[in-house]
Amino acid sequence: MESLGVLLLRPLDTYLEQELDRRCRLLRLWDAPHDRRGEFLRAHALSIRAVVTGGGSGAGGDAELIDALPRLEIIVCYAVGFDHVDLTRCRERGVRVTNTPDVLTDDVADLAVGLAIDAPRRIPHADRYVRAGLWKANNGYYGLTNQFSGKRVGIIGLGRIGLAIAKRVEGFGCPRTRQQAYPNYTYLPTVVQLAAVSDGLVVACSPKEQSRGIVSREVIEALGPRGVLVNVGRGAHVDQPELVAALAEGRLGGAGLDVFEAESDVPQVLMALDNVVLAPHMGSGTRETRKAMADLVLANLEAHALSKPLLTPVV
Amino acid sequence: MMASRGEPPATKVVLLLVPHKDASFHAALRERFRVLDFFASECSPLPAFLGAAAAAPEPPRAAIVVGAGLIPVDAAFLDAVPSLRCVMCLAAGVDFIDLDECARRGVVVANSGSVFSADVADHAVGLLIDVLRRVSAAERFVRRGLWPVQGGHPLGSKIGGRRVGIIGLGNIGSQIAKRLQALGCIVCYNSRTPKDSVPYRYFTNVHDLAVESDVLVVACALNKATRHIVGKDVLEALGKDGVVVNIGRGANVDQAELVRALKEGRIAGAGLDVFENEPGAPGELFCMDNVVMTPHVAVFTAESMSDLRDHVVANLEAFFSGQPLLTPVLPHSPVN
Repeated sequence: MESLGVLLLRPLDTYLEQELDRRCRLLRLWDAPHDRRGEFLRAHALSIRAVVTGGGSGAGGDAELIDALPRLEIIVCYAVGFDHVDLTRCRERGVRVTNTPDVLTDDVADLAVGLAIDAPRRIPHADRYVRAGLWKANNGYYGLTNQFSGKRVGIIGLGRIGLAIAKRVEGFGCPRTRQQAYPNYTYLPTVVQLAAVSDGLVVACSPKEQSRGIVSREVIEALGPRGVLVNVGRGAHVDQPELVAALAEGRLGGAGLDVFEAESDVPQVLMALDNVVLAPHMGSGTRETRKAMADLVLANLEAHALSKPLLTPVV
Repeated sequence: MMASRGEPPATKVVLLLVPHKDASFHAALRERFRVLDFFASECSPLPAFLGAAAAAPEPPRAAIVVGAGLIPVDAAFLDAVPSLRCVMCLAAGVDFIDLDECARRGVVVANSGSVFSADVADHAVGLLIDVLRRVSAAERFVRRGLWPVQGGHPLGSKIGGRRVGIIGLGNIGSQIAKRLQALGCIVCYNSRTPKDSVPYRYFTNVHDLAVESDVLVVACALNKATRHIVGKDVLEALGKDGVVVNIGRGANVDQAELVRALKEGRIAGAGLDVFENEPGAPGELFCMDNVVMTPHVAVFTAESMSDLRDHVVANLEAFFSGQPLLTPVLPHSPVN
């Protein structure tokens, strides 16, 4: 695929970038300063046949970009979520889209479990306490946290990731309820009902329009002052201003958040709270998985270049 | 001072020798027993307090104790209160209690049994995930406002497929193993003796366990055999990609050696809830992103404290009514 013109929207991974550079004709969007990007795209429009994006909100692949690239054939996402790509426009233009499912399922599930333990047990907070010298200064005092094992875990979205989370929390003796039909798991038809019978909610659904804001004020209230919310899906699944207020006012017990409405913008109010764990969208953030994701991106590009079936197409 | 048949039972007098701050704990005890609280009394030092209790018309028959170097339960202690027939320890660890001396005098000893096991196991797994996935380090990155500025940050390591060697497969070690299996780890262990019907590979010594492990989890009691059980040899065997998680006792690990190994990059990281010389952790670790430290909190959840209260009451009631203790500790019995 040496003649394939590939546009990389932002730095994602050194290995991926090196391979793209070696095997394709790579263009880096960030080589142009922000205000000259339109010019850059116009200058290279005829040679760009593929775009590689990351994931998360604002990752690129919107209609404006698609329209600026008349020779675009494929958008390859280094991510499992593809909500940042305008699929309608892609279908209209006949542009293929791929993502990186499965290879990151375990990592995201592991982080979800880590956050589910850390939110009630406050491990990162305790670590800050020790580093600040407070353990010694306060003569050994720390205070009580809340138990994780045996608590009722409600999972919103029982896809690959949700299922992987469910299997893990089984090991902690947590009875599971979830918001999708699956044998042996108790099913609740609405998220509010799910929240009412859960001690903790884990948001693991894929980024679709209908899941926007499903963790609403009502849901947060149903979860209550001892409840915990973990989000490894999308910031958009949660009413973020409501979540922030509920945490600050103690109407929600705690939260573990890997995703936010606008990344990398974490509200200042959250930064000041001790009952929330904040992670920089790193669900798939291990060396092993990022390499596997990069290899899948490259394999999809190569298949496309050779007119072979795509490995993990979305469109 | 045992009551004979037909007479009303002797008052249930209990010595409370722990600085326990939980109001509901005190209330539950006082509802059922007459409590002599050393830390609330004006009668200190300890010998004076014990002397006064022993000289009273109804001297204490039970004592509630905990380790942490406060009050050793040895011959001198038992001499000071000869009426004692029951020692109730609030922790699993009884290394500060002379079990042989107690047995010689007919004093029964109870510990916390498996009251805390789930919480300690959760904490161990939480520390492991935190170290491997850099959760605390990433949180510092976010809270310092670096995410918008620096974008990326160092990647962690995949948890599934990791070989985890557990030192001590008692209640806590078994619960850690179960959780780690659910995360896709491969569990092996070392224990004083191999356990029947567990599916994990057994190693006769910790060095060999370390050779075959990516992560070592210390979940054993502290005694002569396990002091510094993770030392220079074991750290070397674990290797530069290895991680140590300690939820046992600080002295199970040669702390100076561990700090050196971390400073020199001879092991990859550590998750520690316990330290030598608590409270306080070695300052050299405070700047390390591959280390997670918590202030000896693995048992301290609201739920465990509530369970502990019920557990203590149940053991003491059993003792006072002449029944066997729920969680007795015998000399040379496996404690955890």
